[in-house]
Amino acid sequence: MKTDLTDTNASEVAAALVRARRAVGSPAMGMVLTLVVVTDDAHSYDAMRAAAAISSEHPARVLGVIRRSGRGSAGLDAQVRIGNGSGEAVLLRLRGELTHHAESVVLPLLLPDSPVVVWWPGQAPDDPAADPLGAIAQRRLTDAAAGRSKSRALLAAARSYTAGDTDLAWTRLTPWRALLAAALDQTDAPVTGGSISAERGNPSATLMRAWLEDRLGVDIALKTSTGPGLTDVRLTTPRGDVALVRPDGTSATFILPGEADRPVALHRRSLPELLAEDLRRLDEDDIYAATVRHLAAAESAKARPRPATKKATPKAASPKPQAAKEPSTSKETSA
Amino acid sequence: MSLHDNPLRDPQDRRLPRIAGPSSLVLFGVTGDLARKKLIPAVYDLANRGLLPPGFSLVGFARRDWEDQDFAQIVHDAAKQHARTPFREEVWDQLSEGMRFVPGSFDDDDAFERLAETIKTLDAERGTRGNHAFYLSIPPSAFPVVVGQLKEHGLAQAEGDSWRRVIIEKPFGHDLKSAQELNAVVSEVFDRESVFRIDHYLGKETVQNILAFRFANGMFEPVWNSHHIDHVQITMAEDIGIGGRAGYYDGIGAARDVIQNHLLQLMALVAMEEPVSFNAYSLRIEKQKVLAKTRPAEDLDAHTARGQYAEGWAGGEKVIGYHQESDIPATSATETFAAVRLDVQTRRWAGVPFYLRTGKRLGRRVTEVAVVFKRAPHLPFSKTATEELGENALVMRIQPDEGVTLRFGAKVPGTAMEIRDVNMDFAYGGAFVESSPEAYERLILDVLLGEPPLFPQHEEVELAWEILDPVIEHWAASTHPPDAYPSGTWGPKSADDMLARDGRAWRRP
Repeated sequence: MKTDLTDTNASEVAAALVRARRAVGSPAMGMVLTLVVVTDDAHSYDAMRAAAAISSEHPARVLGVIRRSGRGSAGLDAQVRIGNGSGEAVLLRLRGELTHHAESVVLPLLLPDSPVVVWWPGQAPDDPAADPLGAIAQRRLTDAAAGRSKSRALLAAARSYTAGDTDLAWTRLTPWRALLAAALDQTDAPVTGGSISAERGNPSATLMRAWLEDRLGVDIALKTSTGPGLTDVRLTTPRGDVALVRPDGTSATFILPGEADRPVALHRRSLPELLAEDLRRLDEDDIYAATVRHLAAAESAKARPRPATKKATPKAASPKPQAAKEPSTSKETSA
Repeated sequence: MSLHDNPLRDPQDRRLPRIAGPSSLVLFGVTGDLARKKLIPAVYDLANRGLLPPGFSLVGFARRDWEDQDFAQIVHDAAKQHARTPFREEVWDQLSEGMRFVPGSFDDDDAFERLAETIKTLDAERGTRGNHAFYLSIPPSAFPVVVGQLKEHGLAQAEGDSWRRVIIEKPFGHDLKSAQELNAVVSEVFDRESVFRIDHYLGKETVQNILAFRFANGMFEPVWNSHHIDHVQITMAEDIGIGGRAGYYDGIGAARDVIQNHLLQLMALVAMEEPVSFNAYSLRIEKQKVLAKTRPAEDLDAHTARGQYAEGWAGGEKVIGYHQESDIPATSATETFAAVRLDVQTRRWAGVPFYLRTGKRLGRRVTEVAVVFKRAPHLPFSKTATEELGENALVMRIQPDEGVTLRFGAKVPGTAMEIRDVNMDFAYGGAFVESSPEAYERLILDVLLGEPPLFPQHEEVELAWEILDPVIEHWAASTHPPDAYPSGTWGPKSADDMLARDGRAWRRP
């Protein structure tokens, strides 16, 4: 059922939620989190639908925050939806000066005690944790691929990284990372280098490169392909290449040195699938943290003029000070 | 390179799923219902979730004149019809390249020779590296032949780091003696770590949640003992009859079919002490401890009940009784309803009976564990105020409608002071993309990963028979036939009497 409220406030919305829940027979409230979706009128439909789709795995109260024009008088319109799916959803349309104080509407509507996740399906703030809405969340979910400038968005996220940040560009990599890890389980040769091919400006490819460089302590080249998305990850070993090649966005070829190539399904996952994976854990993603730290360090090293042959590392192509101190480096050479 | 020094792996990286290593699954009994409706769809779903290794191969073995393509077609249809996740062509392409079929009967030496060649070819073509699991989805009477053939043709012998595993389904024998014989046959060929006994109940999310519920929370374990708990009821009820399974069911009966495995496992999880860790060994030790101290109540006539469904109306349909089912002899004394009282002789459970019941054609399909608490020792309310107040109960709903219910008293609004029972419900998540994998998915993946925490070993199976054998023998010696109960009800009157003797009553689930 839907309830529309115009020119309202947070306590009236909260009362409408309780009324609506009673009206559908007080279904069990097994809700585990509040998901705040920060969006605009044009994208709210898709975003709210994706958020509703995850509510059967993660029953949630979904608060859609739509900021309209900042001009004119301040006001709030709301729509409460309850009864389809296992969660509840509220669309909050903010206008006038209120658009700058969205947290004042959201705060009273959070579920008691349970975690808060803020998701920006489109353009995200440069520093999500410093955003007033981001500040009330345990988990801040951005999507670098959806922003106006993909590479800039990722860099901003990397520089401002705070525990609890994650990006859907990282979530998209999980099946790739799982297969690459499985490939190295089956290869007893050290990785000496590698390359990645992807569409121009693909943020997932940038993250993949940072992850591989960080974990393996080797340089990974980034090449441009026609896509879609990530198309090729190749790790060089003395025995030959370990590779995962996906030219068409649906199925890939899994290549191990000395063995027959095998097809493997590797489709591009839908938004609800990505969201569901991200919400499965709400603590800090340590591996993402290490990856974006590596990314930020590599970028600032690139921006700085190279110190004149101060450190003669064997991998002088791009100085990565923290890659050398990673324990993975020693592991890799010993393996 | 072992898992431990793979630089791409990190225990902190909890997004990465465990993908099974290179391996194949050899399925005996591919034409059976279980294979078509559960096993093959589970294999497909695992592939779709990206948990099967590239190169994973599925080998079918049956007495059919099929080629690899025919087998692939059967698998395709079964996956399309019964899989939980959407059917995707690219997933199918990944699987279908590794489909092989070996025609032959269980006593055909040539067929097993061909099977040995087939998996050798798979090692070369698909990189399965000598890792093969044999799933015996066949009647237990065929186990000795097949296991013997596997040994004979060198299929049970793993070389180097590779592994060979065997998966067997219940029933694990029909009493202690036959279970021991069965174990002797299997353990002669496979070592104990390579034998996986599947009890699909243990693969259910809600059953595993019992452990999380008990040992991850601070507020339940302190009351989880005889000071606070009055008794425990474990129910597995089916609304269907035996269907076309007369050949399997007659002579086996409800106690052997369900209590010996599912219900005693559930009981062990509810009653066991806290394991020191959640590895397979520690879990097994605790389950064995509690099963070893579990006995049926002494007076078996007073504390057990058995029944047979008679014709009646169940859920708005007229249904026939057990004796009218096809291929059931009119003299059959096989029980379709069984209830037993078990006592766990430990300090934690002294004086707390566990009532286990199961049956076919009962009121509705439900499996649950109900922990019923003692009444508060003193009620400062008048007698009339608490007339409607029952005992507090904590119900773990295993299926369907998975979740937890807490039943307690609350004041009736508006009245002066009147207290009545209310339910507080927690519902487990629904059926989204990955939210509730089928039990078989979890179990097949665990076999391929070599993680046995959910698989009972033969000691557990034998302990369960030791508990149940006296009851079954007592029933067999009895001159009374099982009590008839109308279909669609909650069992015979003798079951109600059995609890009434203890001053208790069955919960209506």
